[in-house]
Amino acid sequence: MKRARIRWHIAVFLAPAVIVYSAVMIFPLFNTLRLALYTRVDRERVFVGLENFQTLFFDPIWAEQFWNALGNNFWFFIIHMLVQNPIGIALAAILSHPRLRFAALYRSAIFIPTILSFVIVGFAWKLILSPIWGIAPSMLDAIGLKSLFAPWLGKEEYALTTLALVSVWQFVGIPMMLIYAALLTIPEEILEAGEVDGITGMSAFWKIKLPLILPSIGIISILTFVGNFNAFDLIYAAQGALAGPDYSTDILGTFMYRTFFGFQLQLGDPHMGSAIAGAMFAIILLGVCIYLFAIQTRMRRYQL
Amino acid sequence: MNQARTNPLNTTLMHGALILYTLIALFPVFIILINSFKERRAIFRDPLGLPDAESFSTIGYETVMKQGDFFLYFQNSMIVTVVSLFFILLFGAMAAYALSEYRFRGNMLMGLYLALGIMIPIRIGTVAILELMVATGLVNTLWALILVYTAQGLPLAVFILSEFMRQVSDDLKNAGRIDGLSEYTIFFRLVLPLVRPAMATVAVFNMIPIWNDLWFPLILAPSEETKTLTLGSQVFIGQFVTDWNAVLSALSMAILPVLVLYVIFSRQLIRGLTSGAVK
Repeated sequence: MKRARIRWHIAVFLAPAVIVYSAVMIFPLFNTLRLALYTRVDRERVFVGLENFQTLFFDPIWAEQFWNALGNNFWFFIIHMLVQNPIGIALAAILSHPRLRFAALYRSAIFIPTILSFVIVGFAWKLILSPIWGIAPSMLDAIGLKSLFAPWLGKEEYALTTLALVSVWQFVGIPMMLIYAALLTIPEEILEAGEVDGITGMSAFWKIKLPLILPSIGIISILTFVGNFNAFDLIYAAQGALAGPDYSTDILGTFMYRTFFGFQLQLGDPHMGSAIAGAMFAIILLGVCIYLFAIQTRMRRYQL
Repeated sequence: MNQARTNPLNTTLMHGALILYTLIALFPVFIILINSFKERRAIFRDPLGLPDAESFSTIGYETVMKQGDFFLYFQNSMIVTVVSLFFILLFGAMAAYALSEYRFRGNMLMGLYLALGIMIPIRIGTVAILELMVATGLVNTLWALILVYTAQGLPLAVFILSEFMRQVSDDLKNAGRIDGLSEYTIFFRLVLPLVRPAMATVAVFNMIPIWNDLWFPLILAPSEETKTLTLGSQVFIGQFVTDWNAVLSALSMAILPVLVLYVIFSRQLIRGLTSGAVK
């Protein structure tokens, strides 16, 4: 029997993508995890096992920064889940209303902040919230709430929440679009069947539409999670690499940048940086696994 | 349509809510743009007012033009974005074709391997990427950025494109084979033109994150000649913090190209997002 000839074209089609992807993404990913197990002693790379992680989690100086960044990162994520996604869902629910006029116009306008770079967003809000310029205080004054104004980005207790809300402002468009798409796929017959049974308006949303879009809500949750735990740009643009005031806006991305790249007087340490990257990798992987195994398999039964 | 879903009070409320949110979304952009055309005193005296004959000034733009090399930054961003998109589309489509068209051992595994990168951000590997770029001498070249963005964009591109390529009719490809076309010709001449809408979706998805990225330009290509517009404006604004005219003008100049791209591609982007290509 003749052996099947090797189909070279398959290899040719696959090769460029596989090579670039492996060399620039997968290999560095594992190499970073490997570098986390080494340290530098007198310009030589020495294998130290899990010592870097031990330093990161338990050494007083490192641990304080790490847990601070991790805690801030969770708060950043919680704000997104509690503010960004509900607003996005609400906007999508309104937009998907049949025969709403100007829907396309609203949709495009609300999506504009999402396309702007973090640099623009960070600085624009910094200027607007700045007590020197006074747009925010004078606007609050106009509605009689001037006493509420504080230099939000400069106060330790408000800065992180403020930045999280700025990030929410920027990214509301994404959950809005994805939920909007999901709402459009709900067949009209189901809604009509609900109407026959007297379920209309708000209760139609809560009882019929919401359960049907749960899988999409799962997707936006995991996208938010991954996005937040690898965020960096907005904090860097608005507060710099030191994530001030007094590290109160430090998240894992800025912490990793400072550690491995060095900043001002602090020298860069690629091995500790890799250890932080390893921790981020573990967190993201855990989130993705929870999503894949727990949430998605349970939600499947609602799918149309 | 039944009454409960179209009552006028509801309609008013819905428009009210949407208008309110649209204002929130656009207000900061609007403030930056109008103030960039005002002279310094007017910026502080009346930040919400439109520039008029008295307060109009382009001094900020003049400073930006003199001090920052914005054309170079713009050109760098353009090259990086366009070349990366080209490679993402070409390599992504080729791999997607191999995965969707041929049955071979390891097909499933290869698909899974390529899909890994959809959920795991490439930034995690930054330390080793920097090391790799230093070792290959690509640091501070645009190629470093192009390679990284290509690798970052490929997983989702392969995933979306192979979904679409499965829908291309087999009869067409087999007709090509009977006519003696090679597999390459079938791919480039018959299949690629048919998946053009999907390629546009992939391009638009990748375009904005590449253009706006700050992390990799900052780490891999921070030299003056290779700064992208995002990094360039970040550095420029950092240096000119107290020159409000210059900062506002630099911000406006950074907003403008993205807005233009958005106006051109928004239909494609929104269609892509809402067609469920990312589900």
